Amino acid sequence: MPKVPIALSVNGERRAFAAWPMARLLDVIRQELGLTGTKEGCGEGECGACSVLLDGRLVNSCLVPARQADGAEITTIEGIARRREWDGVRKAFLDCGGAQCGICTPGMILATVSLLGQNPNPSEADVRRALAGNLCRCTGYLRIFEAVARAGRRNPPGECLQ
Amino acid sequence: MVQSLIGVSVPRKEGRDKLTGKALYVDDLRFEGMIYGATVRSPAPRGRIKAIRFDPQISWAEFTIVRASDIPGANHIALITNDQPCLADSVVNHPEEPVLLLAHPDRYLLEEARRAVTVEIDPLPAVFSIEESLRGDTIVWGDDNVFQKLGVEKGNVDSAWSDADLIVEGEYTTGAQEQLYIEPQGMIATGSAEWGVTVWGSMQCPYYVHKALKTLFGLPDEKVRIIQTETGGGFGGKEEYPSMIAAHAALLAWKSGQPVKIIYDRAEDMAATTKRHPSRTRHRTAVSRDGKLLAMEIDFVIDGGAYCTLSPVVLSRGTIHAAGPYQCPNVRITSRAVATSAPPHGAFRGFGAPQSIFALERQMDKVAAALGLEPDEFRRRNFLKTGETTATGQVIREEIDLAALLDRALRESDYHAKQARFARENGRNRIRRGMGLAAFFHGAGFTGSGERNLASVVEVEATAEGRIRILASSTEMGQGTNTILTQIAAETLGVPYEWVAIAQPDTGEVPNSGPTVASRTCMVVGRLVESAALGLKQTLLGAGLGSDDSPEGFARACREYTARRGVLRARSHYEAPPGVSWDDEKYQGDAYGTYAWAVHVAEVSVDTVTCEASVEDFVAVQEVGRVIHPVLARGQIEGGVAQAIGYALYENVVWRDGRMANAQMTNYIIPTAADVPPIRVIFEERPYPYGPMGAKGIGELPMDGPAPAILNAIESATGISLASLPATPEALMAALEQVHA
Repeated sequence: MPKVPIALSVNGERRAFAAWPMARLLDVIRQELGLTGTKEGCGEGECGACSVLLDGRLVNSCLVPARQADGAEITTIEGIARRREWDGVRKAFLDCGGAQCGICTPGMILATVSLLGQNPNPSEADVRRALAGNLCRCTGYLRIFEAVARAGRRNPPGECLQ
Repeated sequence: MVQSLIGVSVPRKEGRDKLTGKALYVDDLRFEGMIYGATVRSPAPRGRIKAIRFDPQISWAEFTIVRASDIPGANHIALITNDQPCLADSVVNHPEEPVLLLAHPDRYLLEEARRAVTVEIDPLPAVFSIEESLRGDTIVWGDDNVFQKLGVEKGNVDSAWSDADLIVEGEYTTGAQEQLYIEPQGMIATGSAEWGVTVWGSMQCPYYVHKALKTLFGLPDEKVRIIQTETGGGFGGKEEYPSMIAAHAALLAWKSGQPVKIIYDRAEDMAATTKRHPSRTRHRTAVSRDGKLLAMEIDFVIDGGAYCTLSPVVLSRGTIHAAGPYQCPNVRITSRAVATSAPPHGAFRGFGAPQSIFALERQMDKVAAALGLEPDEFRRRNFLKTGETTATGQVIREEIDLAALLDRALRESDYHAKQARFARENGRNRIRRGMGLAAFFHGAGFTGSGERNLASVVEVEATAEGRIRILASSTEMGQGTNTILTQIAAETLGVPYEWVAIAQPDTGEVPNSGPTVASRTCMVVGRLVESAALGLKQTLLGAGLGSDDSPEGFARACREYTARRGVLRARSHYEAPPGVSWDDEKYQGDAYGTYAWAVHVAEVSVDTVTCEASVEDFVAVQEVGRVIHPVLARGQIEGGVAQAIGYALYENVVWRDGRMANAQMTNYIIPTAADVPPIRVIFEERPYPYGPMGAKGIGELPMDGPAPAILNAIESATGISLASLPATPEALMAALEQVHA
């Protein structure tokens, strides 16, 4: 089967290219578009390291055929990184120790942004539910919960619980 | 004077890059002309390679193909015994053993081709358990299937049994555990006879890979260069296996003349790379009626898989930790690491100690129950105190107070009140609750004479502007190496945190500060950074730096020094703390320079209908010396406890003829955001005089205690005494049914 043309908007930029019919959105993002901030942890939708926003919805890009994203708006970690409105999330992750090895971090940030976009004041149960699709093997999650809570409440800058 | 940086949670050094997606992991790198590599593996557990067949549908001429006969040097992965081939030649000894390598510019065609190679095996008898291996009917390694045998003797165990009021026996087993770093393993290599071999990749120990590739290619030191890229978790899983992947990528690069990238997918990573050693421990414990330990006889066996790899060292740590932080006059520990036909088991946080401590801390509860004592009271009566000796005869010289750690843990967890309430309320409730605890220790750094043999080196250099660079091969894999080594250097030199950078671990540029393992980076390498920084400061003091100079004064001194003398660099070499001695033959003496000490308490609920156990609350009290960075230290404990909760309840490697049958994240379950309890982390700080600013090791400690604490709590909740890990719902259901039958 020949490659198929795909056009989508990534982080606000229009991109058009040809991809294999069964190519995953993840491969297109990493290989065609060179946006390597989106990670592959399992390739089967379990770990959430490849999380991106597709038309504003949080998805595992390893499970989305690129064709299905034709015409969609995609936001990756590189897009979030440019947005000042999410500085608070980054600062909270940094202060609270929410990132260790960093490989799950882009996915965690995307899941956090997705949650806070809908619910700026999440309870711990909300946070746990929102992050349940993102695996982290380093932190035991608690530093991440604290970071999300802190970013959500727009707390003044300062050190997290020690 | 700048404000102290020690005990302050400065921002993680490489944190920004990780939060913005800029941090580059090996799979994020692309080189000009780069092609992809894949590994053809053994389909059978053990046998002779009869033939390797290539499906004629594939245009093989497009592929680079590497076999054992293409290896320029010695066909083994140099480590301890050098028994593991890089590519199987005539026989295979475990499923997934690498046999042949392929490379091609197109990943998809490469995968198709990999499936089109058939390795035909004439089967040989294989061994799939510790019991079978010990029986010795089938020998799969050496003369007797035994990689290593150790013995520890203290006092006179044989004469102690007759004085005992009570003798309690127990047998405990633990399963394999997958490290499951979220970044799968991977390497990129270039290679040619003229330039030698260069490898970039995800790893803990660049100099281990360096040693392995020198041997494999028969190249001198300077022709092999290993560079660590950002590493997405290791936990021991990237200690020894990266040498194998680096070797494969380099062989393909050498033959093809192109850069070759090998990235494992999750299934390959789980099926082919190392896991925690399964274990079996037998205990026989003699006590007096008043609850004093009189004798401990412990037999500890671990399953090393098909090749020796690191098993002797894992066995050593497990053996030394087997009798725990207790004072007992008579101790005998015998231990063996044995061969089976599974892929080699390897390093995983704790390195043998979580296995033997699991057995001991379950046994301690069993003995306490037999004596009619509370678990905390029985332990309290036997805690090691300053001046007493461990099983290896090591006199504890540092000030320790395990009873105080226990009191704190009991208080914070509200242990006794909750225990009483649960006993009252559990009755025939569907949900039963219970409390459990474990007391334990973990030796920091390499065992025995290990650190002396490693002879680690660190360098610190300063630019004319007074900016500092630390040169060490110690790797950042999430645990905080970059941050804490920077803090230590900046503190020592009196310069801001931002003035200190850390060199990328690259064997072409940094000295060998040893492997990033064994809870040694903060204590041992941190101390070396401190010494090198002091050396640098000393040099500057002799050249005009005032002893109380500001950072600006420091920068001025650097400028003047470098203008006159050029490079400003200081080097430090490992020196053992005074009075530490170890006898490798008798396994007696100071096994470690120091230990971290801990008491952990788990509150658990068990649903008697679904048979699920969950940890509801967790209290972790530990003494790890001075805490350099409170947020990172806390992250180490919480992350370790979470992994140990997985070890205790969820993580079940299912074996089928030596092959992992559930090599997917879908059916190998690790704790998620929904599963972790609140973890209350409490540090008692007692500065250790031979650690940097008083710090000891921390990373492995929290892996040791939670699993037995959780199973102790399950027993307290349900009366069910489980002796095996993990306590999955299936295991709990079988046990509950037995009780009701």
